[in-house]
Amino acid sequence: MLKKLAKCVGEYKLYAIITPIVMVGEVVIECLIPFITARIINDIKAGCELSELIVSGLILFVMACISLACGATAGYTAARASSGFAKNLRKSVFDKVQTFSFENIDKFSSASLVTRLTTDVANVQMSFMMIIRTAVRSPLMFIFSIIMAFIMGGKLALTFVVVVPFLLCGLLLVAKNAMPAFRAVFKKYDKLNESIEENVMAMRVVKGFVREEHEKKKFGTAAENIRKDFTKAERIVALNNPLMQVCMYFNMVFVMLVGSQIIITTTGSSIDVGQLSAMLTYGVQVLMSLMMLSMFYVMITMSAESARRICEVLDETPALKNPENPIYEVKDGSIDFDGVSFKYSAKASKYALSDIDLHIKSGETIGIIGGTGSSKSTLIQLISRLYDATVGSVKVGGTDVRDYDLTSLRDSVAVVLQKNVLFSGTIKENLRWGNEHATDEEIEEACKLAQAHDFVASFPEGYDTFIEQGGTNVSGGQKQRLCIARALLKKPKILILDDSTSAVDTKTDALIRMGFAKYIPETTKIIIAQRVASVENADRILVLDNGSISAIGTHSELLHSSEIYREVYQQQTKGGSGDE
Amino acid sequence: MNKQPMRKSPPPMAGGKGRPKMDFKKLGRVIKMLFRYYPVLVPLTFACILFSAVVSSIPATFTQRIVKIIEAWYLSGDWQGAKLEIMPLIYQLITLYVISLISMFTHTQLMAYITQGFLCKMRRAMFEKMQDLPIKYFDTNRHGDIMSYYTNDIDTLRQLVSQSLPSLLQAGVIVTVVLSIMLYYSIWLTLLVLVGVIAMIFVSKKVGSGSAKYFIRQQRAVGNLEGFVQETMSGQKVVKVFCHEEKTKDAFDKLNDVLCEDGFRAHAYANVLGPIINNIGNLLYVLVALLGGILLLTKAPSFCLANIIFGANLAFGIDIVVPFLNMTKQFTGNVNQVSQQINSIVMALAGADRIFNLMDQTPETDDGYVTLVNANVAEDGSITESESRTGKWAWKHPHGDGTTTYTLLRGDVRLTEVDFSYDGEKQVLYDVSVYAEPGQKVAFVGATGAGKTTITNLINRFYDIADGKIRYDGININKIKKADLRRSLGIVLQDTNLFTGTVMENIRYGRLDASDEECQNAAKLAGADDFITRLPEGYDTLLTNNGANLSQGQRQLIAIARAAVADPPCLILDEATSSIDTRTEAIVSRGMDKLMEGRTVFVIAHRLSTVMNSDVIMVLDHGHIIERGSHEKLIAEKGTYYKLYTGAFELE
Repeated sequence: MLKKLAKCVGEYKLYAIITPIVMVGEVVIECLIPFITARIINDIKAGCELSELIVSGLILFVMACISLACGATAGYTAARASSGFAKNLRKSVFDKVQTFSFENIDKFSSASLVTRLTTDVANVQMSFMMIIRTAVRSPLMFIFSIIMAFIMGGKLALTFVVVVPFLLCGLLLVAKNAMPAFRAVFKKYDKLNESIEENVMAMRVVKGFVREEHEKKKFGTAAENIRKDFTKAERIVALNNPLMQVCMYFNMVFVMLVGSQIIITTTGSSIDVGQLSAMLTYGVQVLMSLMMLSMFYVMITMSAESARRICEVLDETPALKNPENPIYEVKDGSIDFDGVSFKYSAKASKYALSDIDLHIKSGETIGIIGGTGSSKSTLIQLISRLYDATVGSVKVGGTDVRDYDLTSLRDSVAVVLQKNVLFSGTIKENLRWGNEHATDEEIEEACKLAQAHDFVASFPEGYDTFIEQGGTNVSGGQKQRLCIARALLKKPKILILDDSTSAVDTKTDALIRMGFAKYIPETTKIIIAQRVASVENADRILVLDNGSISAIGTHSELLHSSEIYREVYQQQTKGGSGDE
Repeated sequence: MNKQPMRKSPPPMAGGKGRPKMDFKKLGRVIKMLFRYYPVLVPLTFACILFSAVVSSIPATFTQRIVKIIEAWYLSGDWQGAKLEIMPLIYQLITLYVISLISMFTHTQLMAYITQGFLCKMRRAMFEKMQDLPIKYFDTNRHGDIMSYYTNDIDTLRQLVSQSLPSLLQAGVIVTVVLSIMLYYSIWLTLLVLVGVIAMIFVSKKVGSGSAKYFIRQQRAVGNLEGFVQETMSGQKVVKVFCHEEKTKDAFDKLNDVLCEDGFRAHAYANVLGPIINNIGNLLYVLVALLGGILLLTKAPSFCLANIIFGANLAFGIDIVVPFLNMTKQFTGNVNQVSQQINSIVMALAGADRIFNLMDQTPETDDGYVTLVNANVAEDGSITESESRTGKWAWKHPHGDGTTTYTLLRGDVRLTEVDFSYDGEKQVLYDVSVYAEPGQKVAFVGATGAGKTTITNLINRFYDIADGKIRYDGININKIKKADLRRSLGIVLQDTNLFTGTVMENIRYGRLDASDEECQNAAKLAGADDFITRLPEGYDTLLTNNGANLSQGQRQLIAIARAAVADPPCLILDEATSSIDTRTEAIVSRGMDKLMEGRTVFVIAHRLSTVMNSDVIMVLDHGHIIERGSHEKLIAEKGTYYKLYTGAFELE
């Protein structure tokens, strides 16, 4: 896991290495400073010449400057390295997601991918910065301070023999108890926020059923629960401060008491007032570095979970891979399903599609009809290799889809998905997804074919009209027609419409289909629909039921042979000509 | 492709050109709330902090005294003699330390308690406030933005209350105490320290505001990136189908670079601040030592408050310089601590601003006084109020003259010449009149934006209109208490929202005191019983994530059952069956017919087959009712409905 993350440091490696090195400089100086100040104090006490004082002062001044330079540089490089690291990390996660197949995307929900990209990366970034800044600094500070303390204070430094193990044990104990407590709380906390989100989304239901008080009570209990757990966890952590203070105070009293005894009994020969005050400074430094280390420990373990979640994405192998020597040319628009069965996950007990044998000639128009859950969408997603068949093979243009270059295949097979998505941007920008080099004329042509030109032209800004996120400023029917136009711009060999005209009125729907027949006759068209009217003129109609082909034939054939088809037809035409 | 980040409203951070402003009014309000929530504990905690801060700044005087004793004794080398003088001081010191530890322990524990309590109370207050806000608030604010009040903004407050405020207070006290001690000992040296402090404050302000500025920018960059990622992830399948991965990566890279750059600046400023302050401290140390040395060597007369005010005869000596140097360290350490809090304070103020914005929203108003009560109907038709559930309901209408009348709840809904506009500018409904008699089924048909849902929004008073235009059983609905009005109306919406909990709990949401059997009957009525019993744990199957483990159609069936168990006299079905395929709908419709029996029903449906058998069909167009009548009548008229029906018009 660490290796994988470390790779993301990339071009910022230099900064990441410089930081701890420069830190060493800062630490050394910071540990030497009390040494010099002790000298100054002793000098003053001894009533030295001013010139000597100035020399010491100058040394200290230079040291402060170096320390400042080191500290500032380290701060700068640490910021560079950590933000760069985070950037690379986000990029590799995002890039990885782009290689995901539908199967991978389905596995992680999009919400969880977003959290991984933002919050989790931010956590890891903070830890990383802490690592390069303090992982070297604190232990070094600790060691140097102790060494200096022994050099200067001699016996006085024995105080650390008592204080350090005590504090270390205390801090570790706190960290050890606090961490699981926090982890448990954070999980609950996430749950609480999820329930708030649920509530915000369902506000109409809450108000409609007059359940405000009920929700308040529910939330109140949950919030109180969290408060209790959170308080418990926080109170454990709150022990850190007094613990630290106990050690400080002990150190202070010890140094004062033993120190003054030593000074007086030795008449200032082994240590003096200057050292006494330096010992206090070293005491603070030693204890602070221990404190930092314990914070460091907590921080690292807290973000380990985030790191794990990020690596989970990075480690995911894309379920679909480009073949070694891919075929770039799709010959024609014929499609063959040979004994295809499919299930969404290896663990699933039931096949979503079973034993599909289907042969579609290039240029044919195929209608597919079937109830919810009959796997209509699943069937067509195998054609553009959004999923791979579990058993059997799917061929396009006579070649197994697994032998094609993915981009070439998907450029030849255009799918208008059931869940149509337009992205924020102008209409033109959205349409150019189909073909980024499309000329304005081509765009207009595609829109005319998809019956979208008229309404687009009626917008004051025409093709430059801005589409809001989620396409909320165009109607459902308009959105669907734009999505069809976008697919048409690919000039595909196979065009698949997955229930893509459900919100379009029957007349326009018919016009679109007529256009297809007239202007793109060589393109194989597959139309999934709820409405019989949308498919009744197809060359052949496929009736899917529960993942297998229940019947296939022309409209009039099916009216005789398929009970399901007849039932749907009658339901929709009862007393009229359509359901729209 | 030029993809703009899509935050509709940039997060309302501190104003100006991204320059953070310390708005201390907000801070004051947070503190005031703290006091209000914990009127005893907060002052107690503050007192403890104050106390331990004072105590921990006193040792300097002890050092001074002990050093003085050492000075006096060390030439003689008589430890026993010195001990007699030093030990009392040490005992005093230990006593002070013990007290300080106790108060420190108390205030850290109390602070943990208060912080979490405060956050809990804030959360609850926010949530309760939110429940009382009108639907309009939720329609005009993005859910993501509302959510961030509970996540990001609350978290900034946690930082503020648990760390920034105490350390500000503590540092403030220590600085004041240390400063007074310094003045007590030597005014010259203190002046020098003050010069250093001014330099530190100056640097902190410069660097700190730079840091805060970029932290806020970083927040914004995170928002932009998150928005982009959210949009792409939810459209990831489209990205795949169009092989648009590379383009998307490019767009992401741009946003990622901005975030990286802002994050770098923010952290660089923050990281650099510490060493700068620290080393100003070091320099100050040198200068104090030098000045002290000079003063000592030149035997300058002592100039200090001790002598001036307290009339002591304190000579300037090494026993003053040594503790003074330590105090200088302590001083700079505390200034550093405060400067490290600048970022979190700025962020917390921005967070508090947003939270207060939510808290200050005007809640849904409800001036209704007509309530719904259980009723007994006598044979002569007179109605009396009943304590227990009778199955019959009546509107209790107290009048100004002190009398009270009861009107039987029947489900008669009338809209008369209703005009409506959501924002006061764009009119959505024009002169809409609808009369629905008890038991009638009224359907609304029309394009998106024609005003169908708006009408139902007015009936259940999600939005309010001027008096008297809508009457329920002859009563002006503005006079009816909202809760009671809504209790008499059941709604099933297109976007089904289920709650985390079992299927049974979700159905019971319609009426909290319904028995298991009543819930099951409702499910049967809705045609949901069949699939529910086939779920792994039947009615006890746990639904999470808005019922993600169910199909959209199944979710709608549960929503229908939920409305059925409420058993309201009037139902609003807003595209309730849109996600159920026509074959399943045929099955469901039998249940629906049963459900609708004897109730006033408003149906909005996309599929005309769903509305065909309504008593009245209203065709809406741009807020006007352009046709009304039964299916047969409208077909015969060969108007818009006929065109829709024959597919000549597009609905959406």
